[in-house]
Amino acid sequence: MRVPLSWLAEHVEGLPADVDAVAEAFVRVGLEVEEIHRPPELTGPLVAGRVLEIEELTGLKKPIRWCQVDTGDSDESRGIICGARNFSVGDLVAVALPGAVLAGGFEITARKTYGHVSDGMIASARELGIGADHTGILVLPPESAKPGEDVAALLGLDDPVIELAVTPDRGYCFAVRGLARELAAAFDVAYIDPATRVDLPVTDGDAWPVALDDPACARFVARRVDGVDPVATSPWWMQRRLLASGQRPISLIVDVTNYVMLELGQPLHAYAAARLHGGIVVRRARPGETLTTLDDVERRLDPDDLLITDDSGPIGLAGVMGGASTEIATAGAPSDGAPEAGEPIDVLLEAAHFDAAVIAREARRHKLPSEASRRFERGVDPQLPPIAAERATQLLVEHGGGTIASGRTDVGAAPPLAPVRMPLELPDRVAGVHYERGATVRRLRQVGCGVELDTDVDGHGVVVATPPSWRPDLVQPYDLVEEVLRLEDYDVIPSVLPPAPPGRGLTASQVRRRVVSRALAEVGSVEVLPFPFVGPAVWDAHGLPADDVRRRTVRVANPLDADRPALATTLLPGLLETLVRNRARGFPDLMLHTLEQVVLPHRNPVPMPDPDVTRRPTDSEIARIKAALPAQPLHVAVVLAGDRELRGWWGAGRPASWADAIEVGRIIGSAAGAELRVTPAALAPWHPGRCAALRVGDWVVGHAGELHPKVVEALDLPPRTCAVEIDLDAIPLRDDRPAPVVSSYPPVTVDVALVVPADVPAAELAEALAIGGGDLVEDVRLFDVYTGEQVGEGNRSLAFTLRFRAPDRTLTGEEANRARDAAVAVAADRFAAALR
Amino acid sequence: MSESTVLELETLEDAVADALRAFEAAPDLVALAAVRPAHLGDRAPVLLARRELGSLPGSQRAEAGKRVNAARTRVQEAFDARRAVLEAERDERVLVEEAVDVTLPFDRTPRGARHPVTQIGERIADVFVAMGWEVAEGPEVESSWLNFDALNFKKDHPARTMQDTFYLGDGEDSGMVLRTHTSPVQIRALLERPLPVYVVCPGRTFRTDELDATHTPVFHQVEGLAVDKGITMAHLKGTLDAFARAMFGETSRTRLRPSYFPFTEPSAEVDVWFPEKKGGAGWVEWGGCGMVNPNVLRACGVDADAYSGFAFGMGLERTLQFRNGIPDMRDMVEGDVRFSRAFGI
Repeated sequence: MRVPLSWLAEHVEGLPADVDAVAEAFVRVGLEVEEIHRPPELTGPLVAGRVLEIEELTGLKKPIRWCQVDTGDSDESRGIICGARNFSVGDLVAVALPGAVLAGGFEITARKTYGHVSDGMIASARELGIGADHTGILVLPPESAKPGEDVAALLGLDDPVIELAVTPDRGYCFAVRGLARELAAAFDVAYIDPATRVDLPVTDGDAWPVALDDPACARFVARRVDGVDPVATSPWWMQRRLLASGQRPISLIVDVTNYVMLELGQPLHAYAAARLHGGIVVRRARPGETLTTLDDVERRLDPDDLLITDDSGPIGLAGVMGGASTEIATAGAPSDGAPEAGEPIDVLLEAAHFDAAVIAREARRHKLPSEASRRFERGVDPQLPPIAAERATQLLVEHGGGTIASGRTDVGAAPPLAPVRMPLELPDRVAGVHYERGATVRRLRQVGCGVELDTDVDGHGVVVATPPSWRPDLVQPYDLVEEVLRLEDYDVIPSVLPPAPPGRGLTASQVRRRVVSRALAEVGSVEVLPFPFVGPAVWDAHGLPADDVRRRTVRVANPLDADRPALATTLLPGLLETLVRNRARGFPDLMLHTLEQVVLPHRNPVPMPDPDVTRRPTDSEIARIKAALPAQPLHVAVVLAGDRELRGWWGAGRPASWADAIEVGRIIGSAAGAELRVTPAALAPWHPGRCAALRVGDWVVGHAGELHPKVVEALDLPPRTCAVEIDLDAIPLRDDRPAPVVSSYPPVTVDVALVVPADVPAAELAEALAIGGGDLVEDVRLFDVYTGEQVGEGNRSLAFTLRFRAPDRTLTGEEANRARDAAVAVAADRFAAALR
Repeated sequence: MSESTVLELETLEDAVADALRAFEAAPDLVALAAVRPAHLGDRAPVLLARRELGSLPGSQRAEAGKRVNAARTRVQEAFDARRAVLEAERDERVLVEEAVDVTLPFDRTPRGARHPVTQIGERIADVFVAMGWEVAEGPEVESSWLNFDALNFKKDHPARTMQDTFYLGDGEDSGMVLRTHTSPVQIRALLERPLPVYVVCPGRTFRTDELDATHTPVFHQVEGLAVDKGITMAHLKGTLDAFARAMFGETSRTRLRPSYFPFTEPSAEVDVWFPEKKGGAGWVEWGGCGMVNPNVLRACGVDADAYSGFAFGMGLERTLQFRNGIPDMRDMVEGDVRFSRAFGI
């Protein structure tokens, strides 16, 4: 919402002229100032000029006009080159003469261009800093100045414009009327309501027959002006305010509807009365109906759309955009070659009140956010329609001639807003401030509430505030509290730290997440935060079978990237993509990790409940909400590529391998509180011979190893890229782990080398030794793996150091040997292991 | 030599001489230590001799004892002297020769790091845990009811479109969204925890903004919620000021500007006084806050007459952007190792 300071000043008594002070006041009461458009520093001659001749230059890349302009210099005209086309011979324009300096230090000189000496510049509204419109140059109303007269004052070049962001609860601030009221309260000065300046004459009969067929239209006012000049232009003051507010003046009829909307907040629509067929009916759309809107788009209507209709069918999308069939025929810039003078026409003005939610849906459905819909969906004062219609008819007659028809249609009525009862001291209690006596009542009256005082049964004071018709957002005591607090200034609220009760600290799983992430960083991994969006192509690249559960994803209905319309079921796609990006940036040796939730949909979706919000949902509703959401376990994933140990003065580098990946998996496990068991596995996207399942007991919690060469190729990864992914939530949280018996007696270590078939996993053989060795085994450590002739084909030799120790005595060599023999016996029994 | 020869003068003198020669011949401390047992160990001649003293008749014992002690002392002194010489030599020459270039890098394993968003999230959690608050969490795929309805976003209210939402499944009708803020965790906390509730919720959030220098569709927020008897807006201000001091130093503080959020009433934007601001200390937009709307309390079954509360929320990326001078949001999402590494572990 852009608003010129002078317009506000008309309605706020003694408004400071300092635009910064005004902007600051807006911020203080809750309107965000997006920008202050200050009048540009303008020096030198800026005069009115009349266009005498236009020569279209040809053979150029863009259309250029060579114009002769009368700028009041004796008999001579002035030649000026101009790139705009929205003006004709006879038009009055603003001309910056050589020597003038426009916004941004832009100096005007006579200079040679397009084969002519351009002796000045015909200015646009934007170049003069009086509006955002830059679709053409500024055409001044005829006779508003004489050629050669200084136009700086006429143009209002000293008037700053404030651009505000209006929050959705303050629909009334989409108009000068509401903004001025806020400023008057902020400065504690008198407010002049533009709505009360409009006299509502008593009328006789209807202006047009109107029937309301749907409660979404609570009120419909129509007023008619007969015999308006359709090509009349609006007075310069109106054009200037429209320009400053960011709107392009078009014609008197259109400008008046926009002006009144900006002034009061009530959107208006003007119909060519002659093009209406019979009475107007406001109703919902019927199946199959269509409407061609003012923008010449034929729209298929939805049964939820609210329509303005006549006997011919739909003639407008209520509150959003009018229809083409009843358009005032001469709409368009007055200089765009529109008829010089049309027949006077009869204009029917609509000022209606529509349901906010219905208009919001309608505008969204048709992707038509208009000035009108923006206001309706935030709520418009339902008492405004007759006032706005009257104001518009008066302006039309004043500047476009014609007569106001005697009747006024006013059907429907908006129910008054319910009074809100609030304990008198509630604002003090909520703010933690003792406000001055009477502040609450005074502030509520400033926002327009009718205020009475009452006492409740306990004898405590109660404020009974009847919200004004433009404040449908004031429905509960806290809404009134906010009005008092913001107008009393948030800065008076003191800073007091609340005493929180003793807390329990981080939960075990929160601590675990931190520990795992740190453990990975400490072994050289860099944490990254990839996006969770994936597309089906990635599953093919990962080589997942058609029925793989990871292909079953939750779909995003409105993805940013149509190729990635789903939420990841594994962290690897995002992580591998980040790996590729880093490699492309010149980092070949990488270890990256991430910890995030993945989204695993249910096999059979459960409907999502939508409980009433006026009470706590029942336990069963809460349970059903949770059951309907997909499972979202916390995963951790790591990818490795290039060298795990870098080449350096110490020697060669060591490439990251499947073994590093599995070890990282085990590091994650121990950081998470579990020694993970490693067993062979075959799961895409891993290399089937270099993939380990990581288990807690028998329960698989993740996988680690080298990626499948096909996956490496498909994703353009470095050769032998390795990866780990673990479901952290699947690892049980334990804080009751038993302490070991730490014996201080000396150990006995014994080495054994066992020959086993090559497919016997080392981990299982070690486990057999540990079991066989009994209680005396403290540690089993593999220190050598050998394959070769000496152990026979298809076999390998695994050499272990067994460390034995007793809790209560020094072990003898003999005891240790017996334990070793027992260990080897179990290994022999399980895997046909032979001592080497 | 017979058993008793050790005690004989000549033999003893020979042993001493042997020892002295051996010590003198040792080229370094390691060699010296290696020959020590033969001359000063338990089975060295001078020590064996002492043991044999007992077998002598009393008349000879005293004199022999003196001799043996003198011999042992000479051996010990010779050893100590040689060691002192060798130690001095080591200190002077060998340690010099062994000197290395300690500036040689040993970055054999590349350095790891954690993302600054993770770090700042933990830092914030720690600040609040220190005040007695707890850390609450929730899922990223969330029900619309928790993300909107329970937070007093009326259906079709423009506030719903303020937060450009990723809808899931078939769209709005699925009742599921990628949470647009961490506020649904507030609702979960109020539904699940006994009162009073003081929780802080850092987490990942989603909005349909295209990635550019100042926007990212996937970002992080931290949300704070306190619901207790007698909670006031002054408590909100006090908490925000304490938070600001913890994050930006003792001179930092906050300022509130009236605003609108469906789930708070009154609502405010939070500005923070940032002493290190580019171009001089000043106010920086930090987040939103307000008193919990009684409608929200009612939707959670909290007695809105007996309890009141406040809530606030900030973007972690935004906080990092101004605190650490990160010019481009994309640096935070692209995962370039140079970026995270700059922030350490």
